[in-house]
Amino acid sequence: MTMPILQLKNIVVAADQQNVEQTKILKNLNLTINSGDFISVLGTNGAGKSTLFNTIAGLLPLTSGEILLNGQAINHLSPEKRSRQIARVFQDPKLGTAPRRTVTENLLLAKHRGQRRTLKPRHLKQQRHEFTQLLATMGNGLDQHLDTPTENLSGGQRQALSFLMATEKRPELLLLDEHTAALDSRTSTQLMRQTNQVVTTQQLTCLMITHHLEDALKYGNRLIILNAGQILLEISGEQKAALTKQTVLTYFG
Amino acid sequence: MSMIVSAIGQGLLWAILGVALFLTFRTLNFADMTVEGTFPLGAAVAVTSLTHHLTPTAAIGLAFLAGAVAGLITGLLYTKGKVPILLAGILVMTACLSINLRIMGTSNISLLGQATIFSQHFLKTLPRYFDSVLVGLIAIIIITSLLIYFLQTDLGQAFIMTGDNPVMAQSIGINTDNMIILGLMVSNGLIALSGALIAQSNGYADVNMGIGIIVIALASIIIGEVVFGTLTLNQRLVAVTLGSIIYRFVILGVLQLGFSTNDLNLISAIILAICLLLPQVSKKLKLDQLLRKGVSRG
Repeated sequence: MTMPILQLKNIVVAADQQNVEQTKILKNLNLTINSGDFISVLGTNGAGKSTLFNTIAGLLPLTSGEILLNGQAINHLSPEKRSRQIARVFQDPKLGTAPRRTVTENLLLAKHRGQRRTLKPRHLKQQRHEFTQLLATMGNGLDQHLDTPTENLSGGQRQALSFLMATEKRPELLLLDEHTAALDSRTSTQLMRQTNQVVTTQQLTCLMITHHLEDALKYGNRLIILNAGQILLEISGEQKAALTKQTVLTYFG
Repeated sequence: MSMIVSAIGQGLLWAILGVALFLTFRTLNFADMTVEGTFPLGAAVAVTSLTHHLTPTAAIGLAFLAGAVAGLITGLLYTKGKVPILLAGILVMTACLSINLRIMGTSNISLLGQATIFSQHFLKTLPRYFDSVLVGLIAIIIITSLLIYFLQTDLGQAFIMTGDNPVMAQSIGINTDNMIILGLMVSNGLIALSGALIAQSNGYADVNMGIGIIVIALASIIIGEVVFGTLTLNQRLVAVTLGSIIYRFVILGVLQLGFSTNDLNLISAIILAICLLLPQVSKKLKLDQLLRKGVSRG
């Protein structure tokens, strides 16, 4: 028996609360995400992918419907409260890290994701060794830049750091919002491989928006295609493994 | 000589203002206009407390609290009320002008004959102006040390993160509204505290003593940055104090040239404008390349 981690029940999100019918972005969407699922989300621009993520993270209010995390309704929880269970990597390398803080300072801040911040000293030095090892796993030289402000890192290094920050404290649900889209193809491939490695070995539950059809087919156990605020195709397991690029493309007619 | 000692003493006392504004201006990345109201508020609260025979320490403590409350109101207007920060600051600043008159009951109160922090027996034995150097030095060392400690705690790091990248801060569970309110409270509390100290150093409080002080605070911050260049966060806090002292020397020099104290606000604004323009001008004129060329030829 797999446990549902996140359930979206009949959710509606409208841009204008006064004019719900005409401005619906998500239209009565239903989705159940089970523990250990690695789901690729495909869809054209305007299909509602980013809105879906912002709604799960709590940045956008629900117009109607219900979101359950581990069986508990989280509709009314603020983004800060939800961050205890939900971690996110953004598409824009600039958004994922604090630019004037160093690599280790960023890692330390994210290590306490969702926890109360107190007046206790932060003990950065004591954790350098642990952070160095963690950074080395990304294989892109981040472990040589412990004290570099993140604004001086390359886009690929920043995204790799954002990914580590999202996963260093195990999230119940990991949201990847086209996290490799802003990178050149070599760096993108490398980060995608690392992502898959971490998600599968740590058995994380992950929802990943991507524009790379190949990535969506290659990685993960489920795939959904969003169109006009609804799920057009939902496929998993062996059926997903057998899916071809041509078949997927027919859905984008 | 006594002019120089006086300038150092004033620089140290006014440095608290610069360090306090640093918290909002450089860490949260906005200019908080509340300070022009909380500085005289601190002075008004402290002077009125002293004339009611409270101890100087209690007077300074009350001034800090009053400033923190004003900062809280600006913070609530900005975060919960979605009022733009400049406007929120101006609203509270304007309200403070009336509050200050209510507190003092008149537009000017002298501390003549009252016991202040400068009436300590030991301070009286020091040569002239050395009392403000000592009080300023002790105050700025305590405040800077506390802030450096705070910024190295988990809470302090969350505060810095809020200014650096609010979207990210929220996504790792930092309540950015609370951080902004906390910053405005501490900053305005310290600004009121500096108002309390400066009123005691001047020997009076005046409802108009807040006019133009944001420019003085910004000047300390920017002079520190222009003179000392790239520094760590802790070093930057110390640089504000040095910037504040340098600013006093510049003012001293300008007054020696024959300008009157009535020109001080104009002079302060010009000094700040020059410091703000310096990076642009040196880029345009390629000053550093010229300098390097000169050195290599020499």
